[in-house]
Amino acid sequence: MAIRTLIIDDSSVMRKIVERSLRQAGIDLTEVVEASNGAEALNALKSSTVDLILCDINMPVMNGLEFVTQLKSVESAKGVPVVMITTEASESHVVQALSAGARGYIRKPFTPDQVKEHVIPVLEAKK
Amino acid sequence: MTPNVVAAQPDRSTWLPLLRLSACEVFEIMVGSKLQPVAEHQTPPRLEFTSMVGLAGRICGVFTLCTSARSAALIASKMLGIEPHEADPQIWDAIGEVCNMIAGNFKNKLPDTGEPCMLSVPTVISGGDYNFRPLTDGDSLRVMLAFEGVPIVVSLEVHS
Repeated sequence: MAIRTLIIDDSSVMRKIVERSLRQAGIDLTEVVEASNGAEALNALKSSTVDLILCDINMPVMNGLEFVTQLKSVESAKGVPVVMITTEASESHVVQALSAGARGYIRKPFTPDQVKEHVIPVLEAKK
Repeated sequence: MTPNVVAAQPDRSTWLPLLRLSACEVFEIMVGSKLQPVAEHQTPPRLEFTSMVGLAGRICGVFTLCTSARSAALIASKMLGIEPHEADPQIWDAIGEVCNMIAGNFKNKLPDTGEPCMLSVPTVISGGDYNFRPLTDGDSLRVMLAFEGVPIVVSLEVHS
């Protein structure tokens, strides 16, 4: 499975860990676009097309929930699945994220197996 | 007459073991290192990095993670799979994120009452010569654990 992905997290360490976890899950990443908040990600999507978005919630400038809401108006990102990866895992946050359009939810701390378990079905459903 | 509605206060008797468990899980899963108990007589080294994450809503307080400079570099190197001397530019980010995950992991272990409780983005302070003094009365929970043989301190100052 070869895909282009957008990883959004204000921690560059976490972006690298997410990328490594995707590779460990057997996902062939042909391109990795990184953004440190939702606004930067929306900007990046003006010049990049991706197949999967992994997004944190707590970020400065624009948080993950606002990003997912605004993503709906980005024509080039229509149908691109978003999986949240976040420490905010209360039921209310999960409901908010899924209602806003996220397809999956991974709680930090996470293992590569948990990333695989949540991301692969989302990618397969997109096919 | 409208009756007074008083929100139930969370039971804090279990919070100290939950704080310890939250830290141990984060280090084991994300850093790849098992935290060990610290002997009572052991004193921490100079704690030169302090990462802080605020908690606001149903519970208000501040989580802190304090480590030596060497431990902070080792945390970053183990998270990224690089040598400690290469990890310098990532130290602040790494220990900020570890503190953030401990705070989130702890919060997620408490019963979800449906009331919001938000975490701040992390702040990291370097230098050990300072005093931390909350300006409200509250509980202070503190756990000292050994990371690769060197003590680190995880604490939660509860303001309400």
